[in-house]
Amino acid sequence: MLDFLAAIGRVFLQFLAATGRFALFTVAGLSHCVRPPFYPRLIARQMIDIGYYSLPVVGLTATFTGMVLALQAHTGFAFGAESAVATIVALSVTRELGPVIAGLMVAGRIGASIAAEIGTMRVTDQIDALSTLSTNPYKYLVVPRLIAGTLMLPLLVFVADIIGVFGGFLVAKYKLGYNPGGYIGQTFDALKSDDVWSGLAKSAVFGFIVALMGCYHGYYSRGGAQGVGTATTYAVVSASIMILLFDYVLTALFFSS
Amino acid sequence: MSAAVKIEVRGLRKSFGPKLVLDGIDLDVRQGESLVVIGGSGTGKSVMVKCILGLLAPDAGSIKIDGVEATALPASARFNLMKKFGMLFQGAALFDSLPVWENVAFGLIQGHGMNRARAKEIAFEKLAAVGLGPEVGQLSPAELSGGMQKRVALARAIAAEPEIVVFDEPTTGLDPIMADVINDLIVKTTRGVGTTAISITHDMASTRKIADRIAMIYKGRIIWSDAADRIDRSGNAYVEQFIHGSAEGPIQMEVRAL
Repeated sequence: MLDFLAAIGRVFLQFLAATGRFALFTVAGLSHCVRPPFYPRLIARQMIDIGYYSLPVVGLTATFTGMVLALQAHTGFAFGAESAVATIVALSVTRELGPVIAGLMVAGRIGASIAAEIGTMRVTDQIDALSTLSTNPYKYLVVPRLIAGTLMLPLLVFVADIIGVFGGFLVAKYKLGYNPGGYIGQTFDALKSDDVWSGLAKSAVFGFIVALMGCYHGYYSRGGAQGVGTATTYAVVSASIMILLFDYVLTALFFSS
Repeated sequence: MSAAVKIEVRGLRKSFGPKLVLDGIDLDVRQGESLVVIGGSGTGKSVMVKCILGLLAPDAGSIKIDGVEATALPASARFNLMKKFGMLFQGAALFDSLPVWENVAFGLIQGHGMNRARAKEIAFEKLAAVGLGPEVGQLSPAELSGGMQKRVALARAIAAEPEIVVFDEPTTGLDPIMADVINDLIVKTTRGVGTTAISITHDMASTRKIADRIAMIYKGRIIWSDAADRIDRSGNAYVEQFIHGSAEGPIQMEVRAL
């Protein structure tokens, strides 16, 4: 019985230690984001990695998402109702599916890559080497990724919104035979700037989460190749879960009133 | 008159969970001295060096660098203190995202704020000092052999002409000839220029070549320390067993029967 209680206690203490470590890592990462020195060259490189190189995968998923939405809206909800299909596609993509799907795709692509890169640096002593060369690893490794993730995901989502709505338009015009002018008009009538802004604000938070989880799990990885693999898995899974969690929280915050 | 104490370690203790790794290390390293710490695997050599470098926080004890207590420094002061240090890691720890010359120039550019052009010149000078031509500077670390990586790591460690250089197993994993080349380079780049050097190794050939003084660590304590030329007359059974590489003696490896 005592052994059982001790095991529970150990797990609980480990959970508290991990939570505290994560909180301290987040605070340290944020505080270094606003204190010099900055590394603009590294920030630019990360922005290209996270933003430009994620464009094909995000664009592709946004296209199909918009196309599927148009089909579903037509067959499931409103046969022949052109205005309903255009509205559903536009609002779903900009408010919800654009940010979430882009966030999840970037979590898979970038979160894994950040965790693997920083994790490999950890297990090969490269992070210790940074410290011995008078370079703060937070500033050199973590801050550029946090800034790039937070800035680039909204840009990606903005592009994804346009591509997603266009995907819906293609299906509406060529498969469902809707009037193109009418569909476009309905789309603009349905969309308000708040719909787009709320999606972009969400995506900034998702970008921060993806970069933070990649950096955190990579930074604390240990045990060689297996440790790096585990860190990569944790980075993707935890970022995906947190994106869905924060999606609910932010949606409740933006639209509850 | 003996030189001033550069590094003073007193009562250094460090545990990982229930495992006590450093059990009250006392050690002095004097200005311009080359101290080699010998000891078997898992005796605490690397942990001791990581505590001195501030990469690990000790549980107790004092580490003074030039008389300044280093264990309680805030992060910014710690990074400034690191400007006095150069470090050669066991696995070289070169940044694989950067070309060789930028690895060597890294501390100059990031740590000392030197402009890239001047830092690049110095990097090529240091690469030449360790016997590597300018063509190597443009390569990626992954394109180099183990011996070349160690030489690049040595060039990086001495690039900013630090006051203290730490060598972690500098010859491990190298063939005997390349190991001797590295030993010669360590002697050439540190001795006679006032650099204080701390090396940790279990390679006795390397120890004899680079040490002014030798200390032996066993079960987290310094059990013997003296001038390098007295190693063969230490009168210490642990040191005797270690330098002769004998399985018989007071040091018993924890080997489980199959």
